[in-house]
Amino acid sequence: MYSLPIVLEATLNGLLTGAIYALVALGLTLVYGVLHIINFAHGAFLTAAMFAVWMAVTFLGVDPYVAIPFLTIVFFAIGYGAQRFVIGPASHGDDGNILLVTLGLSIVIENILLAVFRADTRTITTDYAFEVVEIGPLLISQARLYGFLAAVVVSGLLWGLLTRTDTGKAIRAVAKEKLGASLVGIDVRHIYAVTFGLGCATLAVAACLLMPIFYVNPRVGQAFVLVAFTIVVLGGMGSIPGALAGGLFIGVVESLTGLFFGDSLGQIGIFIIFILVLLLRPSGLFGARA
Amino acid sequence: MTIWKTPLGRRAVLKGSTAALATLAAPSILRGAEPAPIKVGVLQPITGALAMDGEFGRTGAEFAIADVNAAGGIKSLGGAKLEMVFGDARSNPEAGTQEVERMQSEGVVAVVGGFASGICLAASQTAARYDLPYIVDVGVSDQIVQRGLKNTFRFGPGFGTCARTAFDNLARINEAAGKPAKTVVLVHEDGLFGSGLAKVMQQELPKLGFEILDTIAVPTPSRDLSNVVLRLRSLNPDLVIPSTYYGETVLLARTMQQQRVRPKGVYGVLNGAASNTRFVKEFPEAADKIMDCNHWYDPRKAAAQALIKAAAAAGKGWNYNLPLNYSCVGLLADALNRAGSTDRAKVNEALAASTWADHVMPYGPTKFVDGQNQGAAPVSLQVQEGAIRVIYPEAFSDAKPIFPARA
Repeated sequence: MYSLPIVLEATLNGLLTGAIYALVALGLTLVYGVLHIINFAHGAFLTAAMFAVWMAVTFLGVDPYVAIPFLTIVFFAIGYGAQRFVIGPASHGDDGNILLVTLGLSIVIENILLAVFRADTRTITTDYAFEVVEIGPLLISQARLYGFLAAVVVSGLLWGLLTRTDTGKAIRAVAKEKLGASLVGIDVRHIYAVTFGLGCATLAVAACLLMPIFYVNPRVGQAFVLVAFTIVVLGGMGSIPGALAGGLFIGVVESLTGLFFGDSLGQIGIFIIFILVLLLRPSGLFGARA
Repeated sequence: MTIWKTPLGRRAVLKGSTAALATLAAPSILRGAEPAPIKVGVLQPITGALAMDGEFGRTGAEFAIADVNAAGGIKSLGGAKLEMVFGDARSNPEAGTQEVERMQSEGVVAVVGGFASGICLAASQTAARYDLPYIVDVGVSDQIVQRGLKNTFRFGPGFGTCARTAFDNLARINEAAGKPAKTVVLVHEDGLFGSGLAKVMQQELPKLGFEILDTIAVPTPSRDLSNVVLRLRSLNPDLVIPSTYYGETVLLARTMQQQRVRPKGVYGVLNGAASNTRFVKEFPEAADKIMDCNHWYDPRKAAAQALIKAAAAAGKGWNYNLPLNYSCVGLLADALNRAGSTDRAKVNEALAASTWADHVMPYGPTKFVDGQNQGAAPVSLQVQEGAIRVIYPEAFSDAKPIFPARA
């Protein structure tokens, strides 16, 4: 039906987009893995980060890629503060409460964004947004390629942080055994907040990588967070390699469904997979066996 | 606003005598005192996916209201001024309906606008419940004037007329160039407007000798059209016909440029970008040689030229929404003047009997049959060297078609 280079290029496009999906899923899976909560505010934080990028580009004239380190720090601080001073205290030790608090937080953030930015869809224009890299017969969008590379690097850094540093060890300790961790002197509330901050920081990176190829409006995060949930379920709740592999896979599925069935139906493939995984392998590809 | 003097002067002269008579005939209570302003509902989507089109429409209506007021308001109603009651349709039919309800409760005499077919359909239906006159600006769906609503008038051409004119023009442009184009791919937005148009094209284009290789639907808004362009590259058609709104058309044109897909021609039908100065200005390379069959003003009319200058002076862009809404408000003002009343039934009657020629579109005097202005028709345009030119019909054209765009 389509020649090989066309299918190959669609697959490659999917991989590149999938890497950014993976980045969004990474924060979600990290927060789930440690805090054991599903963070409903994830999409809203992503939207906020995308607006932050939009403002940096539009008002300050900063290149979105240059904004990465700055926004990463800002969003780490926002995430840390949100967990330390809002979500944590409001939960009173009950996981059910946390779920509701993050849901409430997402509604608050979205509506603040709606009030400030209105419902308009906004985009940024960069010189390189439509530049391509030629690889044989394939024409690969530069912005996507950068996004892919950055997503892989950030995943690697996060993996390194969790496995090689003391903070990472503390995070893993809290994830495994909260009481035990606090008994050996780990400040559990601090680690919770650090984890949440890391989740938000990955979103800031994702937002910087997304804006050159995407648009932002106050509800945009929801589309991503649904995809991210699918990736987290597919990869296994709390698994970082799972999020990366799941993201790439979902990206390819979306791209190929789009190619063969039209863009209006592009997302159907994703949610069919979501349902299939829940039916057949609820622990996901890389999830711990129950 | 000094620029406005020329067209206003002419209109003022035409209506001056009527005004004097009207003032004398008016009951003493109206004389001397400023008559209460007449509220005109202007409905446009100024947030959401269609925000940009809505802004153009609102600007056109604003200019028209200022123009009518500067010329002395509605003469037969003692020079009553028009006052805009604006409603944001937020790019969806539900919001359009809510805003019409609000305008109704605020006592508007009529509603003008809507832009998208879906919004126009829902909003005019709501207006019909109150017998409130509704003038459709752009919404092309033929359904709009096929429901037997006595309150709904469409000044611009409907879908059937647009499609027929677009295909005839295309066939003639192709013939004149020695028929270089045989194969076509349709790219359409998946709403009422694009899907409806695609259906008509699938029936009509084969009759004109074009072979349709594929029909591709895209959602509004679309974030990425690489897949669509990949399909185009694989199909390699002579012609690409996009029926999409602004954002998607720009994305499509830029992605085609990126992926080096260069068909012999891109011919939009009622396209949202190909005849928008913003697109041409921001992405001249991607927009170059794109053709479009669309609503357009009559470049020969002095009032149209004055409107272009006024829009430029006010720092506004230009696309067809602006002159079209400008004319729709003028149409209403003319009807109000002839009705000599803000009574809805009388205004509806006056609109139905309208033979108004003072607009800026290439239509001739208005003549409504079942709510549709019979003389309304689109023209074919092409982006040439950074400007939008009329290439067909020859009667209005200010440039010759460059087709095929690439050998």
